[in-house]
Formats: sequence, C-alpha cells, structure tokens
Amino acid sequence: MVKVIIYPINSLILSDLVERFGHKPLAMMEKIKEKINTVGVDSPPLNITSEEPKMGLKYAAVEVPAGVRGRMAIVGPMIDEAEAAIIVNDASMAFGCMGCARTNELTKYLIRQRDIPILEVDYPRSEEEGMDFVYKIANFLKSLPLEEKQ
Amino acid sequence: MNNEEDIITKIVVISSDSVLPIDAAMKVYESENSITIKETCFGTMVTGPRASVNRVVEEIRAMDKNHIFVKERGFSPGDERRCRAVRGGGPRPGFHYLREEVQMLPIIGKALDAYDRHIPPAEIHHKEKIDVSKLKDIIESNL
Repeated sequence: MVKVIIYPINSLILSDLVERFGHKPLAMMEKIKEKINTVGVDSPPLNITSEEPKMGLKYAAVEVPAGVRGRMAIVGPMIDEAEAAIIVNDASMAFGCMGCARTNELTKYLIRQRDIPILEVDYPRSEEEGMDFVYKIANFLKSLPLEEKQ
Repeated sequence: MNNEEDIITKIVVISSDSVLPIDAAMKVYESENSITIKETCFGTMVTGPRASVNRVVEEIRAMDKNHIFVKERGFSPGDERRCRAVRGGGPRPGFHYLREEVQMLPIIGKALDAYDRHIPPAEIHHKEKIDVSKLKDIIESNL
C-alpha cells in the first residue's frame, strides 16, 4: 500500500479511485478532521490558528499571502509524506471552494519536485476522455507496490 | 488513539441506476454496528468508529461497486461550521465542488465497468482550437 497524494486535494473521484485500487489517499479531508478535532480550534468558522501561517513558512516565503501559507501548513506535510502522486490538470473546480490559484500552483510545483512516481492527467470532459482518465489512473495505481513498506 | 479521535465520517455518493440512497441507509440499519447515517441529496453520510464505518461502507459499495463512490469528510454531519441549519441556509461550503464531481460520476462509473471487462480505451478526438487567421476572416466577413 502506497500513500498517494491527490490533486485536487479533496477530490471525491481521485480519493475513491486510490482507495479502490488498494492504496491510501492523502487528501485534505483527513487533515481537516485532525485539525478541527484539535482542542483550541473551536471558534467557527475559523479552522486554523495563528500558528499555521508560521508553519507554512517552510513551504512559502514570508511575502506570500498568509492564506497560502496557512493552506500550505496543511498541504505541505501531505506532500512530504507522499510516496506517489496523481495530478489532475484543468479541473474547473480546483479553483473556488479549494481556495486560491497560488496555493494550487505551489502544491503542484512541490509535488513535481519530489522524486516519486507521478501521474498527470487532464480532467475528462467527455465519455472517451473519462475512459482514458480512469484507465490511466487504474494502470498507474496497479503499477505501485501493494505491500506495506517496512 | 482514543475512541473519540477514531470517529470518522464518510460521504457515500450514489450514482447508480439500481441502488437508491434509502437502500444504502437500510444496509446500515441492518448492520449491528454503532454508527449513524444521514441521507443527503447525493447519497448518505456515515459516521462512527473507523473500523465499523469502513466495514459498512464496503458493504454499501458492494451493492453496485462501480457506481458508488466514497470519500472521507472532515466535519461530522451537523457540525456548526458546515451545517447550513445554523448558517442561515444556502449551500454548505464544499457543496459546489461535490456537485461538479457528481456530474462526472456516470462517466467514471461506465469507464470502471469497461475497465473491469478489459475493453480497450476508445481513441480520443480533441477538438482543435480555431486558427487566428480563420477567426480574423470570420470577424471581417461579418463587418
């Protein structure tokens, strides 16, 4: 079983496909769960504390907006932890609820810098593209080792 | 890890012609696990201890494995930071994202069916972008 980081980082389709083929998806949802269950982060709607932008300094420079650093405080450790990655380009919903384009660019950049197996595919818009999308992801996930790393 | 930390929520999105959200809910009610379920417009949300939720979700998925999709959710159902009951209505944060992906699920489900049957992928024909000179011609012809 390999820890696979997915981009968009809260994608239902990618998270499901990774789990379906026997690997562990590294997705935003789990990290958010850890975060919101932490004592001290209980002031809705804020889910982060002032510590996060400081932690984000490991991944983004100080002149980068605090929002990017705050997000990177959660996404950055996931990238460090990843043993493989699936990046979906041109996903229209990657902008909006997910936050900002700067974080997305930085996330993709940092994933590409890692020396891990990476699959990059385009978001499907038709049935043929959907088939190609699933086949590529399935073949990539099947090529990863299923045994637990010691 | 104590019990409180180990409570998880999974979103089960049903994009099946043969399974309804109520069927999934019934599956949970039949199980003896101590979990709660909430039906939503796209499927169900299952909350409970990690092992029980994973077991039940696998049972639900087995009902139509290529057309039922699952992902974990950070917030539990009814959490004040997300639940629209206390936020004055409107879609909850993250709903639009999920809706966008849900529209794609029939295609993904079909592709998974084809993958299981070892059908080779069809050739993709990308629509070519219009040439600048051609676009200029069109603009000028309308003047």
